[in-house]
Amino acid sequence: MPVGAVIEFSNITKTFGNVTAVDNLSFTVEPGRVTGFLGPNGAGKTTTLRMLLGLVAPTSGTATIDGIRYRDLPRPLQTVGAALEAASFHPGRSARNHLAVYAIAAGLPSARIDAVLHTVGLGAHGAQRVGGFSLGMRQRLGLAFTLLGDPGVLVLDEPINGLDPEGIKWIRGFLRTMADEGRTVLVSSHLLSEVQQSVDDVIIIADGALVHRGTLSSLETEAAPRILVDSPDRTALEAALSQAGIEFSTGRTGLFAAAPDPALIGHIAFSAGVELSALHRERKGLEEAFLALVNGHANGNGGESR
Amino acid sequence: MTSFSRALGAEFAKLGTTRLWWVLAAVMFGYIALLAGGLSALFAGIESGAISPDAAGTGSQGLAGFGSLPPLIYSFASSVGYVFPVLLGTLATTGEFRHQTLTPTFLANPRRAQVLGAKTIALFVVGAVFGVVALLASVGVGALVINAFDVDPLLADSATWALIGRTVLAMAIWSTIGVGLGVLVHSQVASIVIVLAFTQFVEPLLRFASLFTDVTRGIGNYLPGAASDALVGASFFTLAAPGGTPAALLEWWQGGLVLLAYMLAATVIGYAVSWKRDVT
Ligand SMILES: Nc1ncnc2c1ncn2[C@@H]1O[C@H](COP(=O)(O)OP(=O)(O)OP(=O)(O)O)[C@@H](O)[C@H]1O
Ligand SMILES: [Mg+2]
Repeated sequence: MPVGAVIEFSNITKTFGNVTAVDNLSFTVEPGRVTGFLGPNGAGKTTTLRMLLGLVAPTSGTATIDGIRYRDLPRPLQTVGAALEAASFHPGRSARNHLAVYAIAAGLPSARIDAVLHTVGLGAHGAQRVGGFSLGMRQRLGLAFTLLGDPGVLVLDEPINGLDPEGIKWIRGFLRTMADEGRTVLVSSHLLSEVQQSVDDVIIIADGALVHRGTLSSLETEAAPRILVDSPDRTALEAALSQAGIEFSTGRTGLFAAAPDPALIGHIAFSAGVELSALHRERKGLEEAFLALVNGHANGNGGESR
Repeated sequence: MTSFSRALGAEFAKLGTTRLWWVLAAVMFGYIALLAGGLSALFAGIESGAISPDAAGTGSQGLAGFGSLPPLIYSFASSVGYVFPVLLGTLATTGEFRHQTLTPTFLANPRRAQVLGAKTIALFVVGAVFGVVALLASVGVGALVINAFDVDPLLADSATWALIGRTVLAMAIWSTIGVGLGVLVHSQVASIVIVLAFTQFVEPLLRFASLFTDVTRGIGNYLPGAASDALVGASFFTLAAPGGTPAALLEWWQGGLVLLAYMLAATVIGYAVSWKRDVT
């Protein structure tokens, strides 16, 4: 079983001409967890991942895997599996031959090729030219490439793009399994909702700079979340909340209580003898928290540049 | 396996898993076979008297001023065919940029100089194979036709076999020049335009123009096509000098070194300006 390794970005910066794509970014990614790397379009996600993989040279700073730069890894494909958003295939090559080229380059046995094609659900399409593949099939072939060397670290740039609902469900399970096996899984997306079901940790960047890092639930609590609570006896519930000093507003489906923890509200209701019909975090809270972080940053920057 | 032999294996696999090489080889074979067959029929016909020189419009002296016919025909393999290994090397290299396969290539082997070295050697070998295919067309078809007119095809002559060997070498080097050009230009369309314009138009004109004075003639010898002809040892160009004086080319080994110098210059500059740059 491959072991995960810590990915570490340390003060990494990349400028293209006068565009600062990545701005002094530092964070670590732990093994055994799925880490979402989030940010709006143009935030610098792809550039950051390409710097980690030695494809783009940082202007300053370093990115390492287990303390080693990618280009110094003795067996790169056996250590890190990466799928980047761009479709990197020769259209005239079959899926199997595409993988064969890189298996040879990495010194991997050819048995791995059929194994990974099977894993990603392309077992029946190995002999087909990649030029005829759909977007979702290309994504799967990209994933097959990442798995070739059975690496302990997976770096996936927008892997969910172009997948059908069944594919999305499959990749969520796949990410989970990989992390549960102890691998390091770093997956980028411009939509939190796309990955929120599968990630443990989130790193959020905007305009190349870090705006948040922590567990998924930390994101929720940090952004002043609301708890949706309702009771068959709403007046009694309102009285109980007021008594406990919890602010709330009344919505169509219940009361939105300004509290970080559903358990607290449950306790208040129980102590007051109020029956509850609903008690959960507001569904939209996460995405809103994400957007608030990202937009807050973008607006702040806009202000500065005036 | 060492990491270099893995890199080399991957480059051979890249060539072997696409249609490019055999499509180019097939077109090259047909093109050279047609020229070699047609022109050897014409010249051998004149030499053997089967075709009257007046009918052929070459004047009454026939081929007397042209030297020996077979090497001229055989050298079509490189003098006409060299554009094909150049295209092969160029397309194999620019295709990596165009299809963004540099990403998986450098992920599998982050030692970029090693990848480029392996690509150059793989293309050298396949270029040599192109040399053999081209010679099958020029010598194979040419000798058959020449023989049919009862002119000696000189196949027992050691000079002919030296020419054949040096043709294989020239074609192999041309293929690596294509790699160098590919990394240097890295746009597929631009590199095809450059290869075709230079080999089919610019260089022949420059070579022809350079023959008019002694100074330019010396410089003209260092043009890549002229160096290639020097390496091979015979070419239509060496015969077609104005005033009938064949141009003195470089020694064969000098020609080979000049070709190698072009390849190294293009590859090293290409490495610096595009191969080791960011892959985005
Ligand atoms: N090769 C390049 N030359 C110039 N600018 C570039 C280059 N690559 C990226 N950029 C710029 O760097 C910034 C970050 O781009 P990047 O592709 O890393 O963003 P991203 O977060 O991956 O976006 P998306 O969600 O759209 O994929 C953008 O402003 C982009 O225009
Ligand atoms: Mg991106």
